[in-house]
Amino acid sequence: MPIKVLVAKPGLDGHDRGAKIVARALRDAGMEVVYTGLHQTPEMIVNAAIQEDVDVVGVSILSGAHMTIFPKIMTMLAEREVDDIAVVGGGVIQEADIPKLKEIGVREIFNAEASTQDLIDGIERIVAQTGRDRSRREAAGTAGAGQAASR
Amino acid sequence: MQTTERTIADQQREWEQLTLLPFTERRPEAREAFRTQGGATLERVYTPEHVADVDYLRDIGFPGQFPYTRGPYPTMYRAQPWTMRQIAGFGTADDTNQRFRYLIAQGQTGISTDFDMPTLMGYDSDDERSEGEVGREGVAIDSVDDMLDLYAGIDLEKISVSMTINPSAWILLAMYLVTAEERGFDRKKLSGTIQNDIIKEYVAQKEWVYPPRPAMRLVRDSITYSAEHLPRYNPVNVSGYHSREAGSTAIQEVAFTLAAGIAYVEEVVKAGIDVDDFAPRLSFFFVSQIDFLEEVAKFRAARRVWARVMKERFGAKKPESMRLRFHCQTAGVSCTAREPLNNIARTAIEALAAVCGGAQSLHTNGYDEALSIPSEPAMKIALRTQQIIAEEVGIIGTIDPLAGSYALERLTSDIEKGCFDYFAEIDKRGGTIKCIEDNFLQMELADAAYDLHRRKEAGERHIVTVTKYRDESANPHVELHHVDEAASQRQLDRLAKTKANRDSAAVQKALDEVVRVAKTDENIMPATIAAVRARATGGEIIKALRPVFGTYVETPVF
Repeated sequence: MPIKVLVAKPGLDGHDRGAKIVARALRDAGMEVVYTGLHQTPEMIVNAAIQEDVDVVGVSILSGAHMTIFPKIMTMLAEREVDDIAVVGGGVIQEADIPKLKEIGVREIFNAEASTQDLIDGIERIVAQTGRDRSRREAAGTAGAGQAASR
Repeated sequence: MQTTERTIADQQREWEQLTLLPFTERRPEAREAFRTQGGATLERVYTPEHVADVDYLRDIGFPGQFPYTRGPYPTMYRAQPWTMRQIAGFGTADDTNQRFRYLIAQGQTGISTDFDMPTLMGYDSDDERSEGEVGREGVAIDSVDDMLDLYAGIDLEKISVSMTINPSAWILLAMYLVTAEERGFDRKKLSGTIQNDIIKEYVAQKEWVYPPRPAMRLVRDSITYSAEHLPRYNPVNVSGYHSREAGSTAIQEVAFTLAAGIAYVEEVVKAGIDVDDFAPRLSFFFVSQIDFLEEVAKFRAARRVWARVMKERFGAKKPESMRLRFHCQTAGVSCTAREPLNNIARTAIEALAAVCGGAQSLHTNGYDEALSIPSEPAMKIALRTQQIIAEEVGIIGTIDPLAGSYALERLTSDIEKGCFDYFAEIDKRGGTIKCIEDNFLQMELADAAYDLHRRKEAGERHIVTVTKYRDESANPHVELHHVDEAASQRQLDRLAKTKANRDSAAVQKALDEVVRVAKTDENIMPATIAAVRARATGGEIIKALRPVFGTYVETPVF
């Protein structure tokens, strides 16, 4: 089964160039990709992650609100008992904030300089290290399409 | 003429055989093809042969004359340099007001306002959706009380004020007019610009509230209101900056922008307004990217295309309706987080392209653009960069100085053709708005962005210090803009104070009137101005109209 990734775009800003390029590059690399679209709340993102039953949530954030958004997502994933979904981030995230984000469980931050290959390798490594319980997903059968759309 | 052209072509073939070929056999060129950032393949060398289809009087002409290729005015920078307009906005109105005054003291000649995400999206600071974003990326403006403080001490009849706002633009325009009124300024003397370009929001910047069609009505109302009451104000700033920053090509940047311009003109003309009554106040906004020649060509092409569209498609009579004026900003995406001071060099080259392309006003990015909103020192150097170009380089002495370059004229004509090809395609697909509803423009842009990304990763275009000459030692430290965590609470207090001091019944009555007008075809501006005067907030007006206009939901494509 291919790795399934939710590319999520929280916050009110519309900087989705990176998110869309990442979504397309991961799809070209053989992953199953769902893109939430813009302006998602942490709750919408967590709901989509559960509904789509993804391995990884990739959060793209350029608005400067990452220290507000990531903690909320991490807490909600834990509350919903799906904290085995790996969370990674990208966008404009200042160096000083990266250790703080890793401390709350964000697995990796891919900044604007990361190549798409870095990203693909990184996600494959994270899933290989501590992937989700695939048997549970396979038993669940086809995941619902939900509100999120892909091409 | 014919003999000369044949001679050049013959000579070029001979040169290729006798000079070029033996040379490249010994020493091959570094790449098979050299392409512009927009993906156009560059010829090794351009000759008069390459511009044989360009007619000087028909296509290039003189500055201040149709088709305005050389510039919108006959004197250009010989009369006065472009407006140096550094954008600013963070924290509360008071915080940003101090930055404005600092920039004016440093010699800045126009003001440009950046709003925070909640203001841009039509949420008040106390809305749940605003948490973490109040005053973060721009200034928080909830009511006219905030705007009064934002421009306090600034003479609004003397300095032109630009506001970068879109889905809620008509409300901010209303706030601006009430601000002017309460400070005793004459509306007829207000000069400035409101971005108010909703079309590119659906395509690129993605700040929206309502679906495209009601949103177009709001743009139309602000244009027609301005045509009647604000003779010196630009009620829309049709923008290509965002499409390009989102990864479009240079041709797409111009084509999508002017296609939006066409849609606005159609919308207003449909309402029975004569094209020459409002077209002179339409203004434009482009990026200046790092690909120098292509950018200069792009600005020239944009002017020529718009002039032809206005004359031939809309039958405009006034010269002012045909001349395209534009603001320019250097490219945020060209700036790197690594070795950030290098961005000063990038920005200087981009600024020079804007000036060679005949920009009317310019924002130069700070060296910290890739890291945060700009610090004061970063903005100062950015402004100095413009001043150096204006005062030291000597380029302002002659108009459109690169005209006549075979390469530049070829690129200019190719971009023009690319635009008319897009217009034909958009018309075939039912017009600009239909193309947004069908995701056509969004998909064209996504394809171009992905293509550019792959070309970068394949090494066709390098970014110094990122994909080449990378220094793995620690990134040099620069002092960044300090985010004042207390600003958000200060704004919430300001908003609470406005709400406590106003007449709630009067606010409700004014909001009801806005809703009533929205359901008719009356112009929405007067009712909005009245609501703002009663201290209704932006978020309240936006919310009141959601049941009438609906809420836009994007079907994301990638």
